[in-house]
This record gives sequence, structure tokens and C-alpha cells, in this order.
Amino acid sequence: MISQFFVLSQRGDNIVFRDYRGEVPKGSAEIFFRKVKFWEDGELQEAPPVFNVDGVNYFHVKVVGLLFVATTRVNISPSFVFELLQRIARVIKDYLGILNEDSLRKNFVLVYELLDEVIDFGYVQTTSTELLKSYIFNEPLVIDAARLSPLGPAAIFSQGTKRMPGIAVTKSVVATEPGGRRREEIFVDIIEKISITFSSSGYILTSEIDGTIQMKSYLTGNPEIRLALNEDLTIGGSQGPVSGYRSSSGSGAVILDDCNFHESVRLDSFDTNRTLSLIPPDGEFPVMNYRMTQAFKPPFRINALIEETGSLKAEVYLKVSAEFASSITANTVKVQMPLPKYTTRVSFELEPGANGQTTDFKEANKRLEWSLKKINGGSEHTLRAKLTFSQESHGNITKESGPVSMTFTIPMYNVSQLQVKYLQIGKKSGTHEPYRWVRYVTQANSYVARI
Amino acid sequence: MAPPPPQSNRSPSPSQPSGKSEVSDLKLQLRQLAGSRAPGTDDSKRDLFKKVISNMTIGIDVSSLFGEMVMCSATSDIVLKKMCYLYVGNYAKVNPDLALLTINFLQRDCKDQDPMIRGLALRSLCSLRVANLVEYLVGPLGSGLKDNNSYVRTVAVIGVLKLYHISATTCIDADFPETLKHLMLNDQDTQVVANCLSALQEIWTLESTTSEEAARERENLHSKPYVYYFLNRIKEFSEWAQCLVMELVAKYIPSDNSEIFDIMNLLEDRLQHANGAVVLATTKVFLHLTLSMADVHQQVYERIKAPLLTQVSSGSPEQSYAILSHLHLLVMRAPYIFSSDYKHFYCQYNEPSYVKKLKLEMLTAVANESNTYEIVTELCEYAANVDIPIARESIRAVGKIALQQYDVNAIVDRLLQFLEMEKDYVTSEALVLVKDLLRKYPQWSQDCIAVVGNISSNNVQEPKAKAALIWMLGEYSQDMHDAPYVLESLVENWDEEHSAEVRLHLLTAVMKCFFKRPPETQKALGAALAAGLADFHQDVHDRALFYYRLLQYNVSVAESVVNPPKQAVSVFADTQSSEVKDRIFDEFNSLSVVYQKPSYMFTDKEHRGTLEFSDELGNLSINAETGDSVVPAQRVEENDKDLLLSTTEKDDVRDPGSNGSAYNAPSYNGSAPSATSQPLADLAFSSTGATGQAPAPGLAIDDLLGLDFSVGTATTPSPPPLTLNPKAVLDPGTFQQKWRQLPISLSEEYSLSPLGIASLVTPNALLRHMQSHSIQCIASGGQSPNFKFFFFAQKAEEASIYLVECIINTSSAKSQIKIKADDQSSSQAFSTLFQSALSKFGLP
Repeated sequence: MISQFFVLSQRGDNIVFRDYRGEVPKGSAEIFFRKVKFWEDGELQEAPPVFNVDGVNYFHVKVVGLLFVATTRVNISPSFVFELLQRIARVIKDYLGILNEDSLRKNFVLVYELLDEVIDFGYVQTTSTELLKSYIFNEPLVIDAARLSPLGPAAIFSQGTKRMPGIAVTKSVVATEPGGRRREEIFVDIIEKISITFSSSGYILTSEIDGTIQMKSYLTGNPEIRLALNEDLTIGGSQGPVSGYRSSSGSGAVILDDCNFHESVRLDSFDTNRTLSLIPPDGEFPVMNYRMTQAFKPPFRINALIEETGSLKAEVYLKVSAEFASSITANTVKVQMPLPKYTTRVSFELEPGANGQTTDFKEANKRLEWSLKKINGGSEHTLRAKLTFSQESHGNITKESGPVSMTFTIPMYNVSQLQVKYLQIGKKSGTHEPYRWVRYVTQANSYVARI
Repeated sequence: MAPPPPQSNRSPSPSQPSGKSEVSDLKLQLRQLAGSRAPGTDDSKRDLFKKVISNMTIGIDVSSLFGEMVMCSATSDIVLKKMCYLYVGNYAKVNPDLALLTINFLQRDCKDQDPMIRGLALRSLCSLRVANLVEYLVGPLGSGLKDNNSYVRTVAVIGVLKLYHISATTCIDADFPETLKHLMLNDQDTQVVANCLSALQEIWTLESTTSEEAARERENLHSKPYVYYFLNRIKEFSEWAQCLVMELVAKYIPSDNSEIFDIMNLLEDRLQHANGAVVLATTKVFLHLTLSMADVHQQVYERIKAPLLTQVSSGSPEQSYAILSHLHLLVMRAPYIFSSDYKHFYCQYNEPSYVKKLKLEMLTAVANESNTYEIVTELCEYAANVDIPIARESIRAVGKIALQQYDVNAIVDRLLQFLEMEKDYVTSEALVLVKDLLRKYPQWSQDCIAVVGNISSNNVQEPKAKAALIWMLGEYSQDMHDAPYVLESLVENWDEEHSAEVRLHLLTAVMKCFFKRPPETQKALGAALAAGLADFHQDVHDRALFYYRLLQYNVSVAESVVNPPKQAVSVFADTQSSEVKDRIFDEFNSLSVVYQKPSYMFTDKEHRGTLEFSDELGNLSINAETGDSVVPAQRVEENDKDLLLSTTEKDDVRDPGSNGSAYNAPSYNGSAPSATSQPLADLAFSSTGATGQAPAPGLAIDDLLGLDFSVGTATTPSPPPLTLNPKAVLDPGTFQQKWRQLPISLSEEYSLSPLGIASLVTPNALLRHMQSHSIQCIASGGQSPNFKFFFFAQKAEEASIYLVECIINTSSAKSQIKIKADDQSSSQAFSTLFQSALSKFGLP
């Protein structure tokens, strides 16, 4: 049971505020924001997602730069509240098409309408976009999507946060198209976040794939969907992650450590032929989450070197090799490397003919940043940087810098080789064959090379 | 002028209109539209309403439009109605008179054709939160609960709960709880059922403070018929309601093992749910049901591992944190089960520091012979991290692993490498660790001292690290060539040393060094004692004076006091009592786990909610008279610190720097002159701490290690007459836990004197009376003729506790007593004591 729900902008402005029970004193939004902004608790300088001030528990999740907050005085399950806050954000996004400060402000009456149906007196009633449709009467004012995301569909995957912002569909589940008729379509996205740590000698120390099959359906008449996955898919097959690392790289079966499913998914034929069947509810939702520690071929190799070249000088050499097919292109690649604290100046030397690459030395946190708009499969890129120090480095310079971390997005590529073999739509509504979109995306979660 | 609306505390930002003129403008326009029947009126109204609501949400007071808004609400347009309801709900509470205006149209809407309007109107009606309007609620609520539309019923059920909060008596008088109970067991719609459960749990919990029946009803929810009823429908419930049901099931006590397996088989697939809250709720059921079956309980750990790890990596960062906190708890309880999963607890560079901190603790816990090397290697990587607090934590983690391992060979090397890294904070942390390591493994002194000897004290600034270095200089002065001279230069800079802790260590180190290398240290010792005697800090001054007198009295006695033969410390104190840990485990899947504190430490009583463990105590008010309410607060403080302290810091409690002097001098070799007994105690305490002989009884430490108990049993070979500790303390949480765990060792009935009965007019008098007999009351309640008390007492020299439930019936002048005791052999003696105390009640 929660007491209040509110949404704050990054500056701390109240965008939405709903008090369900009137038992938390006034000014909770200010108390919360001040606490988060000036968090101090011993050595930790970042506010945890839940904390207690004067008997009031404040929960918050960050969604597209907004703070979704719930307060309560009772000792509630934290994962319940976090899940709820995420779900509220998702429902609002389903209705508004795009979730941001602007769309919230434009549609606040609709948002209040939703909030009143989602929670009553602090108790969750429903978070199903589908069910909510019959209670919601305001029409969303959809803001222009094109104006907001000029980049390609994959651009929204590249925000560097751990959370998946979702699939690149920005139309409301209730708004009618300008043409009057709704387009029959269904989106299935296989999104994989990969984490890898390379040792200084290039060995893979740890690796993990966290994947999600996301669905967003705009089909009328709620037809049944059947999703067939790899037939040789195994679950829980690799006995624990430690023994799970194999020397041969993923030829053959896909072995998941574990997975879970949306409640609408029926697994009747999953054991026999790896097929999921479901009647997709409206809105965006994860059909399946999975996790694997089976060895896979990393999309990038990173070589990093730092050497002293004089008493107050050193040189950094970075090489990134794209080890995927040349038909595939990685987007918005960024390589970062912390440099010694006493670095004062950095001069960069890009490879000849470098295109769409930028370099930067972030003085404040002494970090080197190298951005590449895109990298084609099979290519290699290098960067040299000359460092100037303000003092002699004592001891081991490699201990004073690194590790190198990398973020990227690779559309139409997935490392796990998990595939949607086919997507079957039960009964057709109308004469048109619905559009089906099955897309793959791989994104770096924690992609690190030690030096 | 009406008081400001609830949200007016936000001052409007400059870009927003000041409001005044706009509000009157809106008022005018609303009036014009109110009577209009022209086409398109509803659209204009919508725009206007939107403006009003928009002003309301940014904190401008638009309550003056109340009349006009109500007039405009006569419409069939549902969007308009909804906005109007939102407005009314916001302002009714602060404008009770105006709220009356709305009753009419809301009541009318409650009878509308459209179930949607009926539901909305009923919800708004119940949300007015105006006490003098409750009479208007009963009728619509009654019909709402019987409505043939499930939406209206879900609204009505929550409406009953709202009514209860406005006027409990109206709600009870209308017999609504009984109606909800009926609905809960019969309604087809699971959301109606779930709402009934939520509402009844809240109502019965609040009612149970005064009504035995409500308490019984609430307990009944955990009984087999209810639990099975909910379980049979579990898959019809929404994911949120499933969490609610499983919270209930976790409290169910099955009659046999086959029941346990049936429930687990039924819920097994809930572990594959994408919603982390459902997975954790299921986990809680599994863990709690199998507590009494050790091997199955262990299988449960194995079973829930993978789903929880999946939740950690697939959820939002916030959700990951919540799940990880629970994994942390499980890892701490059963590290061996997770020892092969250690790679999952490696930190990722982009994780927030609160997540890294949890992971470091988990890595520390799961380290064993087979994985230590890899874990320590990984931790050493973090030690060079750009995130300095985490780098420090990592080094401490290495140290903790070293202290809990048998084979520390490799780790010592790593620690020594830290010392050579020449980063201030790394050196500081490593010095503290090496000190602790030497206290546990003196055999490593040769290797360590060689490296420590190379560290210039000028490069060490942090007091903890400096103190550690000085301690090593004193302790190993015979092996460190420079020791006397380093100490001497430190003494020379006495005035620049701001930390009293460091100065205390310096005094002791110079003393130790003096006994080993007198000629070289004599000068430094003289200077140190002189500086110490002139020190403004009380402890430093006292210690200097004490050393001075000790030396004056007899140098060889002084040496045996300051430099006794060493004994290695075998175990460093744990940071959290197992009692607190168990309590947190009881509250699995709640904030207690994230905060690492039991709920009574951060939640006020009326908001403990349904998660709290409920037993008889829950029915009664915690008694404030005995001062117990103060005790938990202090405990919070202590535990707060405990959580932040690492093992090494905890250990410092035993160091000379921070002790009090409220304990007795322990027996000691070589009789000390009585004149110095006070400061001697001070020193003896520190030396025992350092040598690991039977530690002296200091209050805080007794508590922590339960030393009271061992000392007590050792010195009482034959049972003496029972005496009670007059200052016994027990927090309500522990009381509840013990009450639940211990069997009843005695159950008796006494008669009370008429005088005693007469004095019970004021039950508090009994509490004070019993307190004078060293029996404390922890909770009391009831009304004439039945009173119920919970007492506790503690043996004078032992930790052994007695718990008493005492029910007094004033009309029969009888009291029924149930006694539970840690030490059951003495419960008869205690019963006699208790009876004699009780029989004296009321006597002049």
C-alpha cells in the first residue's frame, strides 16, 4: 500500500502529484528531492532507490530522466513498489506514445485519470493497459515523434543506461491514426545486453548475456500468437556459470542459465517444440527474459596500452576490432578510459581518414572519451593519445588508469543466437496480412577491458 | 478565505501565472457555460476544466471556483465528470461546507445507468474525507457492495476502507466488515476479493487493539480454510494480488510436510514470473514454510538462486537493487550455497556504489578455499578503481577475507602490494588491515614488518591508519630498527597531531618501545609523558598520568601491565547480532532487508502494517511507562553504527581509545594498589583486548558476545537463590521472538487480594509495583474486568530471561499466569517470586 505517487522533473518540478491516503505530511516532494540531490551517507554519494526520512519511505525509479516516486509509511515489499513504478511509467507510455516531461504536461488530465484507476487508496487495482482501456476516456495529445528522434530506430537503445527504453514504437495504443484506420502490426524485439570483462592479456574473465523478448501488439481482435524459438534451446543446462564457460565458442545449442515469462505466456508446447503461445495484451511488455553465461564470440576486441614516454609524459594506444560480419554496422560507439589523476593535457591522433570520430579529454574526472558514429563489421580503428602530467608518476602507471569501457548498439545482430524462428498470428482480422516486425539488437551493458 | 489546498506548498515558478486574475477570469467563464445548452458546450467546458485542474496541480488555489465547478458538473459527459470529481476530491477536505454541495450530485450519480459513472461517483464520494458527511456514505456504499457490476464493487470495497478511516464506528455499526468478509469468500471477481482482503487486513489490524474479535478474525486469515481458498484461485488473481495472497501464505503454519510440498508445487511456476515482486513473494513462502526442514530448506536455496539472479540482471536498476539486497541476506545466511556463483557478485564499472557495496559484502561472504584466489584477484582490481570509496571497501574486503581464511599466504602478499601502491587511501586501508592481520596471525610479523618499516609516517595522514602504524611500531619495536626514532619524531610533533586516538596510541607505543629498547627510547618516553600530561584531552591526560604513576610505582609491574605476552585474537566480533538477523529474515520481502534493520527500528507502530509478525503481542499496546520505548531507540543508534562499522572498526571498541570506565577491574596478576584501581581497569581492559584473554566485562561488548552468560555460569557452580536484574532490558521485537520460540514452562492460577483488585483501577500502578520487584512490563491492555499484561525479567548475573503472560480477571479476582523461560529449571523459583510480588500489590 502506497501513500503518494508523484513525478518530478530533473530540476525537481512537480509534474504529476497524487496523494492517495493523506497520511504523509506536506512537502514530501521537496524533502525527497533535496535528499536525492544532496545525498550524503558516509562514503556513498548516490541516493539509493529507497530511503527513509522521518518514518516515511521514499521509493524512486528513473525513467527517461524523470523521477517516478512513491511514498509510504508501512514496511512494504520494495520490489513490489519498484515494479509498480516501472509499470505505471509503461502504462503512461502506452497511452501517450512517448513518455517525457512535455507529453506528461500536455496530457496531465489523462495521466490523473490513469492514476486513479491504477491505484485506489494506495492499493493497486490494475496495471494492464488492456483493462484500463475501458475506464479511460480522455484522448491522448500525441506529441510529434519525428521531431524528437531524428536518429534511426536503434538510436533509442543507445542511451547508456542499463534499462531498456523499449522498442522503437512511439504510437499510442489508443490514438487513432490520421488516416482513421489502425494499421495492423506487431513488433517483436529481441534485445540483448552483454557484459564482458577482458583481462589485461585479452582473456575473457566473465561474460553474461541478459536478454529480453519484447512485444508490442497493435492487432485488433486479440488473436493468439505463437512464437517459435530455436528447437535446440536448453534451459539450466550449463551447470552454474563457472563451469559454463566453454573453450569452443557457441557452435550448436543455445543454453540459457534461466529465464522467466510474462503472465500471458502459455508454455504448454514449450517443452516439446520450444514454442510460446500467448494472447498479447495491449501495450508493450516483455514476453520472456533470459540470462546466459554460455561462452559467446564478443563483437569487439579491445587492445589498450599505456606507456611512459618521458618524465612527465605518457602515450595511450587504443585499438577496437569489430569481429562481426561486414554486412552489420554498430552504432553510437563510445570508448572511455580513466587516465592518471595528474594528467593535465591530452593531444589526440586519430587514424588517417577517420570519419565520424570525435575525441575528448574530460578534465573534471580525468577521462578520455572516444566516440565513433559507426563501425562496420570486420574493421579496425585506432587512437593514439599523448598525455602530459603535472607530476612524476610513481609506481605502476597502469594501476593509475583504466579500465577501458565501451558502449555500443548493434542492430540486427544477436550474440546468443537465440532466434524467433517464426511468428504465427492465430486468426486474421480483416483481409490485410498484418505487418510483423522481428528485430534483433545487441547492446553493451558493461563491456570492460582491463589494462 | 479557505485554507490553502494540499499542494499549495509549491510556490509557482516565475513562468507560471500568479493566478489571481486568471482564477476570477475562469470563474466568469464557468458561470457563462453553466446554464448553456448550446452545442459544443461540453468541449468548451472540457477546456476550461482542464485549465482549472492544471492550476490546481501546480499549486494555485482554485478552491474559490467550487460552486461554479459543481454547477457545471450537471452533464452526461464522462470526461467532464471525471475532471470534476478530481477537483472535488482535492478541495472537499479543506472546504467541508462546500463539500456538502457536491453530495447531492454524487449521490445521484451513484444511481446512474452507467456502471462506470456509478463507480466513479462512489469513489469520489468516499474520497471527500469529511467527517460530518459520513452519514451520506453508508447508503451508496451498501448498494455499491451489492452492485451487479464488478467495477462498482471493487470501488465500494475500498470505499468501505476509506469510510473506516473517516469514521470507524460508522463503518463497524453498518456491519461493513462482515459484508466484506462475505464478499471475499464468494465474489466471482478476484479484484473484489483482493480488495476485500486488503481492506479487512487493515481494518482488523486497527480494530484488534480494542476488539478481541477483530484480532481473532485477523488471525483467522492465516488459517487453513482461508489460505486454501486463496491458493486455489491464485492464478486468477492479478500479479499484484498474488503478492498479497502469498504474503498471507508465508504466515500459514501447515499441519504436516505433505501440505508444505503441495503448496510449493502449486506455487513453483510463480518463480518463473517476469514480475520480481511475485518471485520474491514466492521465495518468501518457500523459505518460511521449510524453516523446520533443514534439507528441504537448503534445496529451496538452490531452487531460488537462478530466478533471483535472472531478476537481478533483467530488472530495472532499482529492481535489481531490491532483489540483490535479498540475495545479500540469503548469501549471508548460507554463503556455502552461493560459493560457486561468486562471479555474479563481481562489480560492473557502471553500477551505482550502493550496489557495489552490497556485492563486495557478498564476495567477502562466499569466499572459501576454492574461490578465494580469484575473488581476491578481482578485488585487487577494484582497489585501483577511480571510485575511491569503493576502492577502500574493496581493500577492506580483502582484509576481511584474510581474517576468515585458513590459508592466508597469497592474501598477505596482496596486502603488502597494496602498501607499495603509493596511493594514500590504499596505504591507509592496508595499514589498518595489516594491523588486524598481525593480531590474528602473529606468525606473519616478519614479512609484514619488513614492508611496513619502509613506510614513512609522514605519508600517512588518516588517523586510523596512523594509529595502526604506531601500534605496529610499538608492538614490533624490537624488529623495526627505526622504531624508537620514528616514535621520537612523532612525539616531537605532538601538538600537530589532532586525533586523540593517535596520541593515545603514541603514548602506549612509546611505553612498549621503552621496555624493549630502553636507552634509545628514554628521551621519547619522557617527552611523550610530559606532552600527555599537558594534553587537553581527558583520556590522553589520564593515560599519561597513569603510565607515569605506574612507572613511578614499579617499572617491572609497569612492563607486565603494558607489555604482557601476546595471544592471537581468534575471532573478531560480528557486527550484527544473530537476533537482529533472524528478525530481518522473518521480514523477508520488505524494506527491513534493504535497510538491514528490523521494521520496529524505522516504522512507527501504527504503520507496521500487515507484514509484521503478528502474535498476541500485536493486540496490546507497547507500554511506554517502563521506559522500553526509549530502549529500542537507543538500539537503533547502536545498530546504525554497527552497520557502518567494519569488523576492524568494531574491534576498536576494545582499543584503549574509546572505552568508558564503567566496568570493574578484572582479577589480574600482581595486585594493584588500590589508589590506581580506576585507571588500571582502563589499561587492563585494553591489554586483555589485545591479548585475547577472557575479555573484561564491558557492557556493550557483553551484549554483543553474550559473555555475561559464560562468565555467569562459570562462577555459579550451585544454583543460588534467584535474584533478578533490576535494570533488565528487552526490546519488544526480541520479546515477540522469544515468546514465539519458547515453550510454556509453567502455567498457574493465583488469587489476588481484594486490595490488589481495587488498585487495578489504574493498571499502571501494577506496572510500577512489579517494576519495583525487578519485573518489567513490556505490553499491557484490556478493559475491566479482563486485563492482560506481558512481563519480563532477567536473572541478576545471567542473560537468562523470563517471559510472563498474566491475565487478570477483576470480577473473579483470579490471575492466570503463563511463564516461558530461557532456563526452564529455574522457572518454578521465578514463579514463586512473581507470585509473591503480585500478592503484595495493593498492600500499603
